Amino acid sequence: MPKQPGLTLFDKIWNDHTVERGEDGSYLIYIDRVFLHERTGSLALSSLESSGRTTRNPANVFCTMDHIVDTHPGRSDNTTTPGGKEFIQVTRQLAKQEGITLFDLGDPMQGISHVVAAEQGIGLPGCTMICPDSHTCTLGAIGALATGVGSSECEHALATETLRFFKPEQMRIQFTGKLDPGVTAKDLALHLISTFSATGGLGCAVEFAGPVISELDVEARQTLCNLAVEFSAFTGIIAPDDKIVTYLKNKPYAPKGQAWRAATKYWSTLQTDVDAKFDHEIEIGCTDIAPTVTWGTSPQHAVSIEAVVPHPDSADEPSEKDAINRALEYMNLSPGIPLNGLPIQVAFIGSCTNSRLSDLRIAANILKGRSIAPGVRAICVPGSTQVKTHAEKEGLDQIFKQAGFEWRESGCSLCFYAGGEGFAAGDRVITSTNRNFEGRQGPGTRSHLASPATVAASAVKGCITDFRTLVD
Amino acid sequence: MQKFVTHRGIAAPLLRVNIDTDAIIPSREMKRVSREGLGDSLFAGWRYRQGTVKPGDLDPEFVLNQPAYANASILLTGQNMGCGSSREFAVWALKDFGIRAIISPSFGAIFYTNCIRNGLLPIILDEKQISEITAEVTLNPQSNALNIDLQHNLITTANQHQYSFKIASSYQQMLLHGLDPIDLTLQLQTNIDEFIKADQVKRPWAHSIRLIND
Repeated sequence: MPKQPGLTLFDKIWNDHTVERGEDGSYLIYIDRVFLHERTGSLALSSLESSGRTTRNPANVFCTMDHIVDTHPGRSDNTTTPGGKEFIQVTRQLAKQEGITLFDLGDPMQGISHVVAAEQGIGLPGCTMICPDSHTCTLGAIGALATGVGSSECEHALATETLRFFKPEQMRIQFTGKLDPGVTAKDLALHLISTFSATGGLGCAVEFAGPVISELDVEARQTLCNLAVEFSAFTGIIAPDDKIVTYLKNKPYAPKGQAWRAATKYWSTLQTDVDAKFDHEIEIGCTDIAPTVTWGTSPQHAVSIEAVVPHPDSADEPSEKDAINRALEYMNLSPGIPLNGLPIQVAFIGSCTNSRLSDLRIAANILKGRSIAPGVRAICVPGSTQVKTHAEKEGLDQIFKQAGFEWRESGCSLCFYAGGEGFAAGDRVITSTNRNFEGRQGPGTRSHLASPATVAASAVKGCITDFRTLVD
Repeated sequence: MQKFVTHRGIAAPLLRVNIDTDAIIPSREMKRVSREGLGDSLFAGWRYRQGTVKPGDLDPEFVLNQPAYANASILLTGQNMGCGSSREFAVWALKDFGIRAIISPSFGAIFYTNCIRNGLLPIILDEKQISEITAEVTLNPQSNALNIDLQHNLITTANQHQYSFKIASSYQQMLLHGLDPIDLTLQLQTNIDEFIKADQVKRPWAHSIRLIND
């Protein structure tokens, strides 16, 4: 009998969740966890209700308020998001009706869905997880098979505990070498996307592997997997190791006692076999990666902080050349301008990409004893209420506030108008978020994606700044 | 779900790459817990001169505002159409505006499924084919309408050029007959129950979720 080919990490989770194969090659996949938020979850819940169906297993369903709630201290349901109060109240009422766990305003576990799902032990290795939010792939960092879906697909998962998928192609990206001190997962992800384009991982389940990944802490891995969707991947995933087991132990919703022992035994099998085959393999040497910043309107428009804005003629395709020209016009930039030194009006630290405790510590380390430049508005929005509380215990809030940052309640906030807030047309924003799309942070707002270290250093200098000039 | 069998309509070229769902409908324009009435908000940042929905402020330059493309129901786009946010509001806005099909070299994965789930047909053709169709359509958009036949997976132009496209048979059947995927899956209830029973033995820890603060 011929030897069975080896399996990837992704294959193993996929196989263990296959309920049934469709005649057209699709798979009915069991969904372990559903996470909802008030923007798109409200639609899934209300559609479920009007169809006369109910949530099949409410114990596996969680919901938070992050997309619409505002992030000002003393907030209530009366957000400035147009129509926002309805989204909040419908979500609350239907969550109660369906018997699902809701992390409401004022709950110590409230926060951005993907931050909460990890820090509360809701997303687990070897579990499938969906959320009507494209950055659900963040949980791949834990070793979960996690992917974003629309509201209708979410409704399907609520009603049936399953979703039908076609099995994606698989890609492995080996990150080799060693990152320079202070160069982060954000820089790594932007470097990857700029090198292979925003469609480089189109439709693929991407496994991130290699020595650089092993070195990353669990929160940094979440930043990397979070950006898998900006690479057009179906999801990103990292094999769970001892760091993950340590991270999850005693998390509120993680298994306990005998269940914990069974879980860790199962998790130890979640590795790609040595003889497994991928559809695509990429290797990236990381030793020379510098802090990376976007200049344009796609995450692929990223360059080293030491580089200049590229020329449209550098594009291979006419369609890409058009896109660069449009981006240059929107961003009010010309080819050849250095990114380092470009004046900014706003600095923003927040979002499911970079607002965890480790991100805030990195930024605070740069801000300590310094002030933001005159004329700059700077905002920090912790990724969850728990992150905020921990940061305050460490005194990080004082460092941010003394430097001149606004210190907010948790939510998605100015990543995209959450809470009804946007930046002004023409504002140039250095931001720790995930999307620099036209108009994402406000009509005419110009967003430059970067790591929290780069955002903090730029806030201090009033221009896009290589943070390495501010640290010893 | 609205069926899609055949459709004849005016096609508008919006040949930008990476058209994201924030561009299709900005977050600030999603104002109700409803799938209805989002058409005015479609492409708000591009369709209106100030970048936000305001009657009378339509930008005459934007393709969908041009008289030649009045009543367009088919979009021709660049690659990675509908990338970004999972918001199904993007598809609801397109549908409410009157778009029934989108032809692109590639789609964002979540957006593609959202289209299928709402009876909006996403069609994948290569860039060369899309250029050919665009060249023909733009000569006279109102008379050079496209015919789309989902029973035969075929696009026919006014000049009788034909382009076949691929779509998964389950999606094709869903669209042709307006099937509800939840109903289809609920027919497999027994399989799901059996799966869970076996899985509770294999992965007991995944099924015993509860909050324990000890």
